[in-house]
Amino acid sequence: MGRQVDLTLLQKLVQINWLLIVLITMIACVGFAMLYSAANGNIDPWASRQMYRYGAGLGLMLLIALIDIRAWLRHAYLIYGAALLLLVAVEVMGVVGMGARRWVDLGVIQLQPSEVMKIALVLALARFYHGMPMEEIGRIRWLLVPAALILVPVALVMRQPDLGTAILLMATATAILLLAGVRLWKFAVALGAVLLAIPLAWRFMLHGYQKDRVLTYLNPERDPLGAGYHIMQSKIALGSGGVFGKGFMQGTQSHLAFLPERQTDFIFTMLAEEFGLVGCIGLLSLYILVIAYGYAIAIRSRSQFGRLLATGVITTFFLYLFINMAMVMGLIPVVGVPLPLVSYGGTSMISLLIGFGLLLSVYVHRDVVIPRRPS
Amino acid sequence: MRIPGIERDGSRHKTFSRRLALLGGGKLTLAAILMGRMYYLQVLESDQYQMLAEENRISMRLLAPPRGLVLDRFGRELASNRQNYRVVLIAEQTNGVADTLDRLAHIVPISPHQRRRVLREVKRKRPFVPIKVAENLTWEQFARINVLLPDLPGVQPDVGEGRHYPVGVETAHIVGYVSSVSEADLTGDPLLELPGFRIGKNGIEKVYDESLRGKAGNSRVEVNAYGREIRELARQDGQPGDDVVLTIDAGLQETISRRLNDESAAAVVMDIHQGDILAMVSAPSYDPNAFNLGMSTKAWRALVQHPRKPLINKAIAGQYPPGSTFKMLVALAAMEAGIAGPGHEVFCNGVTKLGKSKFHCWRHRYGGHGMMNMKQAIAQSCDIYFYDLARRIGVDRIGAMARRFGLGEALGIELVGEQDGLVPSKDWKQAVTGVPWQLGETLITGIGQAYLLATPLQLAVMTARLANGGMAVKPKLSRHRTPRERGDGSADTATDDGAGDTTGNRSLASDVGAPPIGISAAHLRVITEAMTEVVNGPRGTARKYKLDKDMEIQMAGKTGTAQVRRITKAERKAGGKLGKGTPWKERDHALFTAFAPVDKPRYATAVVVEHGGSGTYAAKLTKDIMTAVLRADPLSRSAVDMTSRGHNSGYGGSHKGGGGGDDTSNRGRKT
Repeated sequence: MGRQVDLTLLQKLVQINWLLIVLITMIACVGFAMLYSAANGNIDPWASRQMYRYGAGLGLMLLIALIDIRAWLRHAYLIYGAALLLLVAVEVMGVVGMGARRWVDLGVIQLQPSEVMKIALVLALARFYHGMPMEEIGRIRWLLVPAALILVPVALVMRQPDLGTAILLMATATAILLLAGVRLWKFAVALGAVLLAIPLAWRFMLHGYQKDRVLTYLNPERDPLGAGYHIMQSKIALGSGGVFGKGFMQGTQSHLAFLPERQTDFIFTMLAEEFGLVGCIGLLSLYILVIAYGYAIAIRSRSQFGRLLATGVITTFFLYLFINMAMVMGLIPVVGVPLPLVSYGGTSMISLLIGFGLLLSVYVHRDVVIPRRPS
Repeated sequence: MRIPGIERDGSRHKTFSRRLALLGGGKLTLAAILMGRMYYLQVLESDQYQMLAEENRISMRLLAPPRGLVLDRFGRELASNRQNYRVVLIAEQTNGVADTLDRLAHIVPISPHQRRRVLREVKRKRPFVPIKVAENLTWEQFARINVLLPDLPGVQPDVGEGRHYPVGVETAHIVGYVSSVSEADLTGDPLLELPGFRIGKNGIEKVYDESLRGKAGNSRVEVNAYGREIRELARQDGQPGDDVVLTIDAGLQETISRRLNDESAAAVVMDIHQGDILAMVSAPSYDPNAFNLGMSTKAWRALVQHPRKPLINKAIAGQYPPGSTFKMLVALAAMEAGIAGPGHEVFCNGVTKLGKSKFHCWRHRYGGHGMMNMKQAIAQSCDIYFYDLARRIGVDRIGAMARRFGLGEALGIELVGEQDGLVPSKDWKQAVTGVPWQLGETLITGIGQAYLLATPLQLAVMTARLANGGMAVKPKLSRHRTPRERGDGSADTATDDGAGDTTGNRSLASDVGAPPIGISAAHLRVITEAMTEVVNGPRGTARKYKLDKDMEIQMAGKTGTAQVRRITKAERKAGGKLGKGTPWKERDHALFTAFAPVDKPRYATAVVVEHGGSGTYAAKLTKDIMTAVLRADPLSRSAVDMTSRGHNSGYGGSHKGGGGGDDTSNRGRKT
């Protein structure tokens, strides 16, 4: 063992990948600027609060980064269990808002358990496959445990109903399974099963508004003032931005309220309108850099847990931004997924920064070798 | 030394790395798709989306131009634009619409009907759109609302432009009125679709609607997704409507209206040379302002069902048998045909026979007129004489003469609803009824009955042509129109008068040399002298109504009494006159046509009183009317100088305001 494995707190702080933090902060700053514009040149009500949250999240991220990765491994199932409990609590006593039951009131804070589950599921799956020898992975019965780990929370989230998060959970979990070494043909089988299930889901599981969104996606002009109105206006805003955009705070679509939810789900559209193709590519490049860093961190980790955890977090991050951008550009149906680190919203900001905290923890503890079955 | 676990981890790591490359590739592909989409939307399709964004953002609002005025010949306003005080309500600024209406009801009366309309509109419209609660408030009400405004959140006093008819009742039939645009009025002019826009529905307002209306201006405003206006980007003021100047003397019109009072009657005064209609009264009349203010169904029904038909302009749409006023034309026809000269004599014993039928003279019960020559026959209105003339010349030659004097066909006055009247002929009767013409009908045509019908306007034109030496003068109501913005006196092609001549007695280009109708001057003189005798002669039928001595002017005329129904034998035995007890509806129409002064005629009049009993009653009215005409003498006073804008300088400033425009256009910016 070349390097010292157990580091002091100061050593850990030095080890933290500060460049990644700079990148994240740059993205967050793009968010602050857009929120400032969305409020017609006011720091209130959005930009200021987003800054506080980012500050708090940053502290939390550093704290998590310093916690020994083995502690995360040890408590992975515990965290997962807690998240699952919260999801059940939402089901039982959740607060209904915007037509869906997603929040649970814990007295002090209001929590969105589905956000917690995004991290908890990654932790649980990483732990599961960390302890799984390569030869065992192929066995069907060892697929049943992760399947349960995935499908139970997915089903609960679907019931809220929150299709976006359910898809996100499924996709992240699939990526982890893939990286862990589950045979490719099994994914083909699963894909086939999903395709078969779609008509059934359409008939029995999807809610009216969800079906509406899919139909709207397939034909946005179907109902220009109803469900399709948002996506039409978003495309108009994006397209009218052109190469260089209309200028900061000059977006007509955004500022004249043609663009819905410009501070949350459609904030990318606003950026595209005001800064054009140049701004879009710029932000996308920042995101790709962050993802590349995540990959590098994953590859350098000496534990399977660290690798899976890092890629799980970074995949969730990627899926966020992909789904959001594809949605506002009319590539996929409207699903309520925020643009990571940019959209206004406390829960997603905090949960993303917690994820990055875990990623940093993987980086700080990259040389820690963890036995398959921790003693 | 190798730990087996690490070795196994190595194989896991290899798998992981391979799969991570796969996953990374997938992600890159997706990122590339995103970029491709960006390129497609923001570069390839950008122009189209920019256009759509502009369409979203920019909204065109029409601005209604001020409507042109209608003026009388001296520049007095007959139709003008008046500020209309009203109160509107903006739902989102109130603390409850119903509550606000309750409080507002203490200041201005709000009917349950109005209240329902407001509540209905509140539901239908967006909360920032102003909704009209009441309009045409008095200044006092308006002021009280302004004072109490702090207690009435969401209530806004507002000044719009409304049409006003200062003279009103007396000129209603000429000026007409404006009212809301109906579905059928839509011609594609976007102005007509403006909420609250009014369109001419009758009279001059209708005939000259397009030039009075002006051209719409527009304002390009930036709006947000809810249609609220953010700011005005550009504004183009419309062109105000042109004024219309009438030939009418409003003062004379009022005097005559007062004189006709409650009668169901019509009176026309015209310039015999130029054809200017100086007054055209149809009684009873109505208040055109009521149409603008919005009339209740009950009031409307009362107007429509009124037995004396106030909504009808009887001067052009009322058709009456001309009766004895027609006799001049029969005499002229006889002279022009060379059948009978002024010396032609007929003995009147009160009755003449044709086959088994008897035709009576109105003096039948006194034993007739005795020996009559042509002038005497006209002056005393002997029926027997004209039975004789008619029989000699035949109906078709009488008809031809009548047409030359403007009867039987609409004269093309600038109003709606003018009737043709009727001049019968043998062919006409055969074609319409299928029965051949009877000689007896020729006889009664000779005294202006049978099928003959004429409007009071036609009778006035007929008299004018008799008095002006046989010139085919045509009646006209509007002297000329002027474009609004014209400060200097330069000749403008838009006017249809001779350039430069701005005095009252100027001749209009279209009148210069109204063509003669080809009647011998000597024959005409016989007629005008006979008409002078009617009023001024010792035995004239209207001798009681000669003009007062101090006027030093004489008028000439002709009475006419048109039967509404046949006189029964019993009645004729009882005296041949309809008794006092005859129902109004069955009494004869009274007619009188006149011109003055006799030595140098200038004015012609025609008065018809429905069921007025006898032509002498119309003569009595004409005496007063002609006296008023000669006293006012509108033709000797200089009319409004159309090239100076003095008469309406008081409102010149309002042009810039864009008028009533779209209600929301101004208010949106304030909120």
